[in-house]
Amino acid sequence: MTALLRVENVTKHYGTRIGCAEVSFELYPGEVMGIVGESGSGKTTLLNCLAGQLPCDAGRVMFDTKTSGLRDVLAMSAPERRMLARTDWAFVQQHPRDGLRMNVSAGGNVGERLMAVGARHYGEIRQAATDWLARVEIEAGRIDDRPTTFSGGMQQRLQIARNLVTGPRLVFMDEPTGGLDVSVQARLLDLLRGLVREMGLSAIVVTHDLAVVRLLADRLMVMKDGHVVESGLTDQVLDDPQHGYTQLLVSSVLQV
Amino acid sequence: MISVQDVSKSFTLHTQGAAVISVLEGASFDVAPGCCVGLIGASGAGKSTLMRMLYGNYLTASGRIVIGDIDVAQAAPREIMALRRDTLGYVSQFLRVVPRVPTVDVVAEPLLRRGASEAEARERACALLARLNIPEALWALSPTTFSGGEQQRVNIARGFAAPYPALLLDEPTASLDPTNRNTVLAMIEEAKAEGAAIVGIFHDVAARDRVCDGVIDVTDFTPGGVQ
Repeated sequence: MTALLRVENVTKHYGTRIGCAEVSFELYPGEVMGIVGESGSGKTTLLNCLAGQLPCDAGRVMFDTKTSGLRDVLAMSAPERRMLARTDWAFVQQHPRDGLRMNVSAGGNVGERLMAVGARHYGEIRQAATDWLARVEIEAGRIDDRPTTFSGGMQQRLQIARNLVTGPRLVFMDEPTGGLDVSVQARLLDLLRGLVREMGLSAIVVTHDLAVVRLLADRLMVMKDGHVVESGLTDQVLDDPQHGYTQLLVSSVLQV
Repeated sequence: MISVQDVSKSFTLHTQGAAVISVLEGASFDVAPGCCVGLIGASGAGKSTLMRMLYGNYLTASGRIVIGDIDVAQAAPREIMALRRDTLGYVSQFLRVVPRVPTVDVVAEPLLRRGASEAEARERACALLARLNIPEALWALSPTTFSGGEQQRVNIARGFAAPYPALLLDEPTASLDPTNRNTVLAMIEEAKAEGAAIVGIFHDVAARDRVCDGVIDVTDFTPGGVQ
C-alpha cells in the first residue's frame, strides 16, 4: 500500500515568527490523523498549507492523485489545485458559514459541488442532494431552505454533505465539532466515523479537544510553537505521553 | 504467538520535576497458541502496564514484544493499527465509546473494520449480546447509561466479536454475577480451543485456576523503585 499523502518538511513563517516548522508525516488510505495543540501552536496554519490554501516557505506535499500518481501539491498550478480540491479533497471549515453558501438552498449547496465537477442532469443532482441530506440526518423537507434558517449543528452537517458528495479521498477538517454543544458533537462524531469507515476516507482533523481526537483519530500529532513535539497512535500518545508539553496537555483536561 | 523478551518500562513525569519511575525490568515470557497465561502480583505491580505495553497503548523502553510477526515495541503506528484490527483483541476494564451509538453497533464495529458485511456483523453482535444476557430491549440504546456489569459484558462482547488469534483480558470477570461469569469463562475456553493465545489479569482466583495454563508474577520484574 502506498501513502495517500506524504508531507516533507513543510515550513511557514509569518515574517520572523514561525507558523509551522519542518513538519513531516505520511497518511495512508483510510487513516484519520488528529493534530492537537493549544491556540497559536500552528495547527490551522499547517492544515491550510497542506490544503494549498496558504503558500509555504519550504517543503513538499506529495499527494497520490487518481490520474497521475504522486504529485507535489505545492508545485501545482492554481487551476490544477482547484480541480483537486473539488474532486479528491474536501475541506470542512470550523465555521459552517465559511464553507457554505449561505444565500443558496441546502440542496443547492450540495448540488453546486457536483456541478463543479461536471454534473448537469437536474434530476440526478437533486436526487444526490436528497440522499446526502438523509445521510447527514437533515429532513428531506428542508432541501429548499437556506442554511441561514438552520441550527449550528445542521449547518455543520450540511457542510459535510456538501464536501463529501463528490466522493473525495482526503478530508481536511478544522475544528469540525468546535462551537457545537456536546450532544450535537456526539452525533456529528458518530456520523463522521461511519462515513470514514464506509467511504474509506482519509482525514486530517485539527482540534484542541482531546476527547474528539480519541474517538475520531487513529494517529495523533501534538504541536507546540509551530513544531511537532510528539506523534504516534492516538491512544498511546494520550495514555503514555512522552513530551512534557503533551503530559501537561493531557493532565489539564477536566474530568466530568 | 505472544513473546515478551527482556522488556522494561519507565515513566518520566515532566510535570512533576521530571521524576523517573521505573516500573518493569527484564520481563520475559511466551504464550503459545491455545494457551492462557495469567498475570499476578499486588496492585501497582505493573500488571495493567504490561498489558497496555502488549497492546501498544504504552511505549516499551527496551526489549521486544512479538505478537504474530510484529514487534509491538518497534512497530509503526499503522502496523499496530493493522495488528489490532486483524490479530490482537483487548478487553479493557472500562468501556469507552462514542456517546449515543447503539450497543449493537459498538459490538459490531470490530467486525465492520475487518470488512464483514453489515448484516453479518450485526448477527454476530446480537448473538454475543444474547449469550451474555444483555436484554434485547437495550441493544438499540447506547451503553453509556448501563450498569457496571452490563457495560463490562458489552465490552467483552466487543472483544470477542472477531476471532482474534491473540487476546488480552483485563479483569474480564470483575463485577459479573455467577451466571455471566460462567459464560465469560466458557467463552475464554472456546477461544483457547480455537487456538487463541491469551494473556489475562484475573483477581478471581477460581476463574484464574479454571482458564489459565500458567501464571506470571509481575513482581518478579519490579526494579529498585523510584530513582
